[in-house]
Parts: sequence; structure tokens; C-alpha cells
Amino acid sequence: MGSRCGVDPTTIRQALMHQKTLTELAIGLEKGEFSSVELTQHYLDRATAHASLNSFITVTPDLAISQATAADARRASGDAGPLTGLPLAHKDLFCTEGVRTSCGSKMLDNFISPFDATVVSKLGEAGMVTVGKANMDEFAMGSSNENSFYGAVQNPWATDRVPGGSSGGSAAMVAARLVPAATATDTGGSIRQPASFCGVTGIKPTYGRVSRYGMVAYASSLDQGGVIAATAEDCAMVLGAMSGHDAKDSTSIDRPVEDYRKVLGADIAGLRVGIPKEYFGEGLSNAVGERVLAAAKELEALGAVLVDVSLPNTELAISSYYVVAPAEASSNLSRFDGVRYGHRCEDPKDLEDLYKRSRGEGLGKEVQRRIMVGAYVLSAGYYDAYYLKAQKLRRLIAQDFTQAFEQCDLIVGPVAPTTAFKIGELSDDPVAMYLADVYTLSTNLAGLPGISMPVGLADGLPVGAQLLGPHFSEARLLNVAHQFQQQTDWHQKIPAAFA
Amino acid sequence: MAVDNKTVIDMAHLARIAVSEDDIPKIASQMGKVLEIAEKMAAVDTDHLEPMAHPLDAAQPLRVDDVTEADLREAFQAVAPSVDKGLYLVPKVIE
Repeated sequence: MGSRCGVDPTTIRQALMHQKTLTELAIGLEKGEFSSVELTQHYLDRATAHASLNSFITVTPDLAISQATAADARRASGDAGPLTGLPLAHKDLFCTEGVRTSCGSKMLDNFISPFDATVVSKLGEAGMVTVGKANMDEFAMGSSNENSFYGAVQNPWATDRVPGGSSGGSAAMVAARLVPAATATDTGGSIRQPASFCGVTGIKPTYGRVSRYGMVAYASSLDQGGVIAATAEDCAMVLGAMSGHDAKDSTSIDRPVEDYRKVLGADIAGLRVGIPKEYFGEGLSNAVGERVLAAAKELEALGAVLVDVSLPNTELAISSYYVVAPAEASSNLSRFDGVRYGHRCEDPKDLEDLYKRSRGEGLGKEVQRRIMVGAYVLSAGYYDAYYLKAQKLRRLIAQDFTQAFEQCDLIVGPVAPTTAFKIGELSDDPVAMYLADVYTLSTNLAGLPGISMPVGLADGLPVGAQLLGPHFSEARLLNVAHQFQQQTDWHQKIPAAFA
Repeated sequence: MAVDNKTVIDMAHLARIAVSEDDIPKIASQMGKVLEIAEKMAAVDTDHLEPMAHPLDAAQPLRVDDVTEADLREAFQAVAPSVDKGLYLVPKVIE
């Protein structure tokens, strides 16, 4: 009331809620500036208004409003936690009970999950509200989100460009502020690269930090869940709630979870930041290289010490990864057989026909290709030359990092060689797309944590830098990214059409 | 490395994936390009290295052999393509 155009200031404040970070929204809920139902409805309306981005596979308005109502009741009874009532979306490979969990595949287009992934239960228990399921490359195989049965996702910064992948829906919806945060997974860069292409922050924690139970498997020894949000502080909030040991995941690590938010603000003076020369060589676009180095200089201005380090086997990560990942995929995806769930072909003439046609019809080309490559490298006579060799190289790559971390506390480098490319530009040349994963793959092979943060714009497109640290250094990575974001405003930029 | 059409047919059979005959040459060429990347590994001496299966070299944990899960057969079978009396149905496999 009393405003010049006669609009209630509360209405104006609520219309701009999406411009706030998750952390700011948490404060708004706590102060009673708006309810979770109001906040959730606002984001649901935005998801509808910007449906053309194709960042959602499924929007869950009924579930969201019922969870938001419960969150408001919980707050009224004094039982709310820091995340209670905050909306988010889950990448569509986290199983959500009663909701389609498609993995971006025709194979699972009809799959209504009978249970929740541990990540979904944990964030649900924290009171977070699920507004929907995010689009993704089919079974997380891809770096552009073009391999989705539900179609390509548009990058909010330039709708003719890809958002990156495989967590392209998660990154695009956060960038467009259709959600304040989204879960994601990273097998070879699938959190960090789309976060970089979309100008948002994404963290892939140490292998084993976040439970993989109910997270549909692609390459089990590499897959790791994480989160994408606008800021490092927002990521810290969600990551803390989704991490921790889970007896249902035998690769989950039994080790206490640090309070990631508590360490935000720690001084980084004297921190040794390694610059690996292999990450700044041939193939890296100047625009990206300059901005990543400028970010390193910013850290130096905050008191960090820049040191040159070497990761000599970086290129070999591509070879090792594209053997290990398809091998594990060929084994994991054998479960999609048209018998227990998922797509089944019409009128199978026998069991073999049922398997072959169900899989031939239900799985996309890239997924089929990776499964067949995996079958090849695991087959008799080739196992030692390919799979075993790749596992040995993996140790070599891990040793590179161990040696580098004797000279530095974390590593800074580009996430991808370029900014977001055009939809269709690389889709006919899968190998060219594989080569663009060169800076992200080795992190997964070594099981290390990494965070991608926006460090600039080049021709109007976001550029990201990644910080990599030793195992279980999530708190350090989040703090350094947070310190960087206290000095810069790249993380606050919203593409004009979505502001 | 060149992958021939027969290899594609063999792998498609191993993986139980129906591929159309028209697609086979394209798949062969793309598989060949992927395996070309893999072959760069051969130049590296790895004799002294132990293969790495788990990034933290963690051992597989064991638990007590107790029943911990509830019976959710009905919920699980609700999403199955074809079930009868608690059984998953497939085409006849034994004459």
C-alpha cells in the first residue's frame, strides 16, 4: 500500500523472490516475509512460464504444494530447519516415490519409482520441496543434454546453445531462476560443465560422500551426486544435508560430514593454489583461459599463493574414462531388459527378441554405442588390453593429483575448453564431444571433489572455473569459492529474459 | 582402430540390442573412433601399477546376514510390463 502505482509492496517483493539466493530465501522464510506455499507457487509459475527452455521433464505441482503446506506447518510448530520450505528440483535419475523417474530415456518413460533415493529422502526430511524432475542426457551420457528422449534443453543465456550436460536441465533451471537449487550428478564432469556453461555454481563431492542409493547407475565407480545453485553458500547448505554415510550404498564412506557453512568466511591467506600447465595448453580458447587466470589472480589478491603444478597424464584421462565408463555402463544397463520395469517391445516372439527389441527401441543411440563399446572392452581377449589397462592408468592419473597436492592445497583450472556451443554443432561427432571433457574426467577417475563457479562472460556467454581439492576437501573448496564470490558478482548475473 | 560390421553385430548380440542393418556401418565407424582414443593407452608402461577399482581404495564392507528389507513385491511389480500371481511374465522359454 502507498506505493506510487498502487501495488502492494509485499506483492512486488514476492514477484521478485526468484532473484534471491537460496540462503536469502531461507532468511525470508524464517522472518515470515513469505510462506513456503507462496514461494513454491512462485517457482511453479515460473516453471510454467518458461517451459520452452525444456529444463523440466516433469513438474510436480501437487506434490510441491502438499510438501510446502507441510513445511509451513512445521515452521509454525517451531520445528523448521534451515532448508525447510525451500523448493528444489531433482535430476531425473534420482528415484522419487510415486513420480516418474525417466533418466531422460524412453526406456523409463513409464517408470514410476516405488521408492525414494537416499538423497531425495534426506532433502525431504530436511523439509525441502520437490517442484519437479530435471532434464538430462539419457542415463547421464552426454555433455550437451541433446541426448535426452525429451529433447534438448536450451541455455538461458542463448537459447540456440546447449546448457551442457549431462545435468543440463539442473543447470539451466537454476540459471533461469526456475528453482533456487537442483540436485545433479557428475560421472565425468556432468555437474561442473553445465554449471560452467550456464553461469551457476555446482559441486561434485568426493566419491562416496553422497549416497548413490536410488541414483540410477551409469558408471558406478565414477558416479557421484551433488548440487547446482547460484552460489557456493547455497551449495554448502544443500550439500551438507544430502551428504553422509548410507548403509544402503556399499561404496558410501563412513566419515562425519563437516558443517560446510560454518567454515565459509575462513581467511584464505597463504593458501597455495596450483595452476596445472596441462589445463592451459593447446585446445583451450583464449576467452576461457584469460578469465580463468583472472580468477586465479583474484584469489591471489585475497592472499592465496599461486604455484605452477603439473598433471602430466591429463590427456590419458580421456582414454581411460572412455573405457572404464562404457564398461561399467554395459554392466549396469543390462538391468533394462523389458522384464521387470521399463519399456517392453510389442509382441516379442521369444525371450531374446524381447530383450533385443525392448533395448533397441528403449535406449537411444549414444547409450547403445557406449554399451556396445563396453561389451567390446570387457570381452574375452580384450579385457587386459582395455579395461585392466584403463584401471592402471586410472591409478597413474590419481598419482598425478597426489603429487600435485604436495605442492598446493587446491587446483584451479578451466572446466571446458570453450563456452556453450550451439545446439546441433557437435551432435554428429560424439568423439569431438568426448575430447571436450578433458579437464573434468580425471577428477572422477581419481574420486576427487570439484566445484565450478562463474568467473566471467565471453560474448555474453558464461565462463566457469573449477577448483579441485584432495579427497574430502569440500569445505575448503566451498569456502574458496565463497570468498571469490564475496569479491565478484558473476554469480549474481541472471540472463535478461529471466530476471 | 577399424571396427568391421561383424564386430558390431557381435557386440549388439552380446549387449542384447536390436540394431537396424542400415545403422551398422555408422555404428562401426563411431565405435572405431572411440576405440582409437582407447588405444592411446597402449603406449604407456603400466607394468608397475596396480589397477584401481575404487578411488579411495576402500574395501567392500560386509554386514550381518539379516533380513533388513520389507517385502515390497507388490509395489515393485506395479511397474512391471507383465505379471501374474506375483510372477514376471516373459515369452515361453521351455517347449
